[in-house]
Amino acid sequence: MALHGGNVKQKRRERIDRGIKVRSDDIFALTSYREFLYVSVPPVAPVILLLALPLILPLYWQKVLITTAVFAILALSWDFLVTVGMVSLGQALFFGIGAYLAGYFDLRFAMPIWTTLPLAALVGGLLSALLLLPVLRLRGVYFSMVTLVLPLMFERTIEATGWLGGTEGLTGLKSFPNIWIESYLIIIALLLVFFGFRRLVTTDYGLVLKAIKNNDRAVMSGGINIYWMKAQAVFITGAIGAFCGAFMTHVYMFVGMPVFALDYSILPLASAVVGGMGSFAGSLLGAFILVPLSEALRGIGGLRTVIYALSLVIFIVAIPEGIFHYVQRKYQQFERWAAVEN
Amino acid sequence: MSETTGKKTGELLLKVRGLSKNFGGVRAVIGVDFDLHQGELLGLIGPNGSGKTTLVNLITGFVKPTDGRVEYRGKNITGLMPYKIARLGIARTFQMAKPFADLPAYKNIVIPLYSPRVRGLSGGRYGDRDSVAKDLLEDVGFERDSSVTFKAAGSLPHGYLKRLELAKCLALRADLIILDELFSGLSIAELASIVPIIEKMMMEGKTIIMIEHRLRELFRIADRVIVLNFGQIIANGKPTEVMESDEVKHAYLGTED
Repeated sequence: MALHGGNVKQKRRERIDRGIKVRSDDIFALTSYREFLYVSVPPVAPVILLLALPLILPLYWQKVLITTAVFAILALSWDFLVTVGMVSLGQALFFGIGAYLAGYFDLRFAMPIWTTLPLAALVGGLLSALLLLPVLRLRGVYFSMVTLVLPLMFERTIEATGWLGGTEGLTGLKSFPNIWIESYLIIIALLLVFFGFRRLVTTDYGLVLKAIKNNDRAVMSGGINIYWMKAQAVFITGAIGAFCGAFMTHVYMFVGMPVFALDYSILPLASAVVGGMGSFAGSLLGAFILVPLSEALRGIGGLRTVIYALSLVIFIVAIPEGIFHYVQRKYQQFERWAAVEN
Repeated sequence: MSETTGKKTGELLLKVRGLSKNFGGVRAVIGVDFDLHQGELLGLIGPNGSGKTTLVNLITGFVKPTDGRVEYRGKNITGLMPYKIARLGIARTFQMAKPFADLPAYKNIVIPLYSPRVRGLSGGRYGDRDSVAKDLLEDVGFERDSSVTFKAAGSLPHGYLKRLELAKCLALRADLIILDELFSGLSIAELASIVPIIEKMMMEGKTIIMIEHRLRELFRIADRVIVLNFGQIIANGKPTEVMESDEVKHAYLGTED
């Protein structure tokens, strides 16, 4: 048997950086078109594509694009919270709070959209941080449980008390002037959140956040108040989620109990897992695969959820590292069989 | 923030009175009293499970005491949050050196440099802390700009992890440094290179508490030793005196009866 040497030579897969990757890491990237394109296309092409998409897509898919962008932002903010070591099962909390705040500000104070959006984000972020303040000390699954339950609690409270329109929801809210403003507002927001997070995690501030996930006791003995840092991270996530909710309120010109639905919690999480966690690019990619896929499956009726769930499982089993990390690896490295030296 | 400037003032730094901790029915630390003066190196020894680490956790706020009082520079710090105690200038290492594994070694030092205690001192601009961090790593024996400085901390050899822990304490500009089993798992050669770092810290006027099992090395540098057994202090004095005590011999070696 191969186990003990014998005649059969043992082999293993070996991963090696592609030549162009090595060359373009260096100054040569500026002297050759090929290498210049190799390093510049991956970050630039998706941005151009995103900005061009509303111009290309038919109206129905343009609306899907808007929903996709919203889920992508939620997925990014979920991924950010994970970098700090907090696994949220309740992005719907942030989304729902923002959605209802925008509706309330609109109806109660007749605020214009350009006021309700930032205000809902700000107040939504603060409320989220305040709500989760008592559980920031909890680690792991305990934190997740609370985030899972809170949006459901809000939903039932609104249903039972009839506050904020009860089961009817709030209707007759202001809409955006046209779909172009809608599309580009959310795409630009998406790009800002994406590049903002990418930048943030490389600063010293982001470093401290990452270290909390790594070893929170050591961060505390470094004289840093980790609960305050965590509260800030929840505020950032909450504000971004609330912005998404407020945005969708004005897209639908309506806000009702479904904003606290499980979809808004699970889909962002699924996007990040399928796309690949910890890079932000993965969450973005995941959302742009899962949400359109779910839309495309609408035609087949009853079995939609089954096929959707099945494709999720296939993605996760086949590419557990996430699609983004897989593609990135293939882009930078090639594999070959190499003999094992004993 | 009063930074000590290398002189032994002999000021009373830490005053522990009647400190006790029960975990359920287990009495881990029972009525511990001791004083620590600025510039001292205090060894904290005792058999496994004698309450050494719990005592350190009580002083640094990671565990809330059941009873008793801890004063640092005359200020009551009993039951304060760990980060508040760290900001007063008490740094510690952990028995299991768990670095921020994903971060490069020097970025590990950026974390304490970010604390409000020293944030202003290391410059606030992006990258400023990196160079301060690299300086500190050099102080504890990382070769300047060598690859270990940039390696992910999770893949560092054991000896370097211990140095990293020391650098974290230095980064905080702590006056009192508590080292939990720093010497454990180090080879003689690694010890020979890490002891001078501690001696240098002493010269700079730092006050140090060392939990140690490697008594021979400890006794060479310690000014005073406290022996714990079943959560109580059974001896407190110069290393040579302490080891003469029958009670200590009994705790460590057992007696024939």
